[in-house]
Amino acid sequence: MTAEPLLLMRGIRKEFPGVRALDDVSLDVGHGRIHALMGENGAGKSTLMKVLSGVHQAGSYEGEILMDGRPCAFTGVADSERAGIAIIHQELALVPQLSISENVFLGHERSRYGIVDWGATHAEARALLRRVGLDENPATPVSELSVGAQQLVEIAKALAKRVRLLILDEPTSALNERESTRLLDLLLDLRDQGVACILISHKLNEVVRVCDEVTILRDGRTVETLTVADGLDEDRVIRGMVGRDLDQRHPPRVGGVGEVRFEVRDWTVDHPTQAGRRVVDGVDLTLRAGEVVGMAGLMGAGRTEFAMNLFGRSYGRYVRGALFRDGGELRTDDVSRAVRGGVAYVPEDRKGLGLVLDDDIRRNTTLAALHRVSDHGVVDPGRETVETARVIDRMRVRSHGPTQTVRTLSGGNQQKVVLGKWMFTRPELLILDEPTRGIDVGAKYEIYLIIRQLAAEGACVLLISSELPEILGMCDRIYTMCEGRITGEVPGESADQETLMRLMTRTGEHP
Amino acid sequence: MTEKNTTSRLLGPVAALMRDNARQYGMAIALVAIIVLFQILTGGLLLRPLNVTNLIMQNSYILILAIGMMLVIVTGHIDLSVGSVVAFTGAVSAIMLNSWGLPTPVVVPSALLLGALIGAWQGFWIAYVRVPAFIVTLAGMLVFRGATLAVLGGESIAPLPTSLRVLASGFLPGSDGDGLHLPTLLLGAAGAAVLVWIQWRSRNRSLGYGLPVPPRAVTAATSVVTTAAIMAFAHVLADYNGLPVVGLLLIALIAGYSFVMRSTTAGRRVYAVGGSEQAAALSGIRTRRTTFWVFVNMGVLSSLAGVVFTARLNAATPGAGTMFELDAIAAAFIGGASATGGVGTVVGAVIGALVMGVLNNGMSLIGLGVDWQQLIKGLVLLMAVAFDIYNKRRGSVGRVSRTRPPAEAAAPAERGNPVGTAAD
Repeated sequence: MTAEPLLLMRGIRKEFPGVRALDDVSLDVGHGRIHALMGENGAGKSTLMKVLSGVHQAGSYEGEILMDGRPCAFTGVADSERAGIAIIHQELALVPQLSISENVFLGHERSRYGIVDWGATHAEARALLRRVGLDENPATPVSELSVGAQQLVEIAKALAKRVRLLILDEPTSALNERESTRLLDLLLDLRDQGVACILISHKLNEVVRVCDEVTILRDGRTVETLTVADGLDEDRVIRGMVGRDLDQRHPPRVGGVGEVRFEVRDWTVDHPTQAGRRVVDGVDLTLRAGEVVGMAGLMGAGRTEFAMNLFGRSYGRYVRGALFRDGGELRTDDVSRAVRGGVAYVPEDRKGLGLVLDDDIRRNTTLAALHRVSDHGVVDPGRETVETARVIDRMRVRSHGPTQTVRTLSGGNQQKVVLGKWMFTRPELLILDEPTRGIDVGAKYEIYLIIRQLAAEGACVLLISSELPEILGMCDRIYTMCEGRITGEVPGESADQETLMRLMTRTGEHP
Repeated sequence: MTEKNTTSRLLGPVAALMRDNARQYGMAIALVAIIVLFQILTGGLLLRPLNVTNLIMQNSYILILAIGMMLVIVTGHIDLSVGSVVAFTGAVSAIMLNSWGLPTPVVVPSALLLGALIGAWQGFWIAYVRVPAFIVTLAGMLVFRGATLAVLGGESIAPLPTSLRVLASGFLPGSDGDGLHLPTLLLGAAGAAVLVWIQWRSRNRSLGYGLPVPPRAVTAATSVVTTAAIMAFAHVLADYNGLPVVGLLLIALIAGYSFVMRSTTAGRRVYAVGGSEQAAALSGIRTRRTTFWVFVNMGVLSSLAGVVFTARLNAATPGAGTMFELDAIAAAFIGGASATGGVGTVVGAVIGALVMGVLNNGMSLIGLGVDWQQLIKGLVLLMAVAFDIYNKRRGSVGRVSRTRPPAEAAAPAERGNPVGTAAD
């Protein structure tokens, strides 16, 4: 490390009307270091990064920012980019219809007198893609790339601007294990080439793997900065983030497992547009009363496809298969039938598929079970408000009450509303698809508690997750999926990450 | 920054109140302002009983269309064909009456059925084939205009039987020239009684659930204001010829559609489909069917507007209903509908249509030309939507920041308190 750190943020204070978002926050990032920024949702991470990248202009906050010891007062994103700062948001900022090269040089095209030099563009893009390890033709439209590949394009775009400090906001939340590993390796490579990085992440394991330091924020204040090489104590990090001890990250199970309630036989689904392409192939499974059953698999293994097809044929083309409830066949040809049959599906994409964002908590909560708050098709607003308040209490949603718009809730609270909405249908089989993705540690624990509570009341829970610790910590029994097939079934207590990973990658053979 | 701070300190509480209520009441306040403005500019002509009656009759068909258009826009679509559908259904009605000699009680339901079929045709392409509504109804605009020209052979049909004309220019019975029209006053009193009853009933129900309600005095004041406003309106109408037949039709439509959209599960589904079609589908709502029926409804209301317009004109003409779609769309947006769907109210659409109507009428009364009228209406539309968007953005920023303090947010304290201040 040279004498002057690359970035020094001192005493940053930022207020929004009525609330202090940042209060005396400090952060320093050395040359060629990877610095993790951790904290619960709403702790101020994003605000701090917006201050750094010039989204919140100089003058709208107090405190100082020094790059290489020189004070900076960024007036906008373009300004901070000139200083070598690039930020990659969770929602990628690529134009899907344009090619990789066009995206990489968007805004600073390789051109002469306003005429694009396509030769230079493609050649430079190719070089940048090699640097980020993406083996794709630069002329490929971005829409044809996977999310992981798109992220690499974003990094290439940052590199094209001669970035010195790369900010990544939860870059791996939408990636599978393999893609995550690749991305983290790339960060290490870039670090060795002198590109420093601020990594916002909820995942301790990846922080431990790649980061040099960790700064923890809570309620807009810096809690502490830890050096990873000294050995990072996970409990200490979590304590710092939530401000209290979490003795267990997964609540213990209560009550036993009962009889088989639901059974799926030979469920098979084809791709919605590509005829004959199997995405789910002969899935068989059983679910017992009070049991939390895991479904582990890499992204693209067919878990979501299976769940959504089972839930009223909401995805893909149904080929064959049957669902039995207490021994009798339960038809789920459309969603309303599935719901009436006691099946609920909490989708992975809560904003797009789970909620009507501009409606309030009340309307979202009752949407799938309007009959419970209406008589002869007329909604009783009083009953609706009271029932919603009950759900809010039970799900521990932090809100002003039933009439708050769900768009204004944090991610964790939005997820609790989605869970509450499905609780309100009184489900007997609850399918949860990545229920804790992008949610901070404290809210995660609360969601686990809710899952436990439901199971204790006798519901069957099918938990789809890409996070193996979550699967291992929560499930009584675990199915693994790969390429649309069930590749293994293991009891929860005897499973470990290695076994699951082996089963999840067992391709091309029948179990 | 300092400047902002000073203003926010000075206007803080007032601004917050304005912000929270502006979205709901903004256009209603604007409507009142426009009425007051033209009342002054026209030297009191605007609110003369004759002119008020004219206003209702002149704008009846746009009001009918605006209600249907609001539903279409709430589901996230648009309907450009309504003007042509008005012309076509009007033309077919005139042919049924004059050429085929069918009686009005047969012709009107037949026209509505024709409207339903037209709506079903367009709804089929939009909901099931998934052709964008803009395209389908642009095609419909051409198709039904062409069909109108074809069935009319390029000529107008006039005059029409009195039994039809009563619909658009008739009054409730009992008007014998002088004095106040008693049935209108009685209807007004009945309407006011019903509204007051609804207000108190909803208050009592909330109390029954232990929800916060406004103090008794506030509800009482609301009841008094409601009654006064309705009786004043009824008095104005009674001073001329009484309530027009089409006025009664409008009141029924506004009340019926408001009820459906606010209070029924069907209305909820329409809002949910517009707010997020995918989330609605995964909640068990048959989104395609919902969209289909919204267009069938638009077709029926278009044909109703067609019948009323033809009756008012006492003629079916090839050019009838031109630009009506734009007036209806403008009314819906002025009334607070969101172009992205999921937001909008029937009363909002009615207010939007009245804003346009009063502007038209007021500007005509003071002798402003059509050129200026169009220009001003265009700017009003732009300003109304821009104001709404600006307001929404500020509103949402304010609310995001307000979710932060955990102590305050964690305790939904007002609940359970039987006499809190703010009810829904």
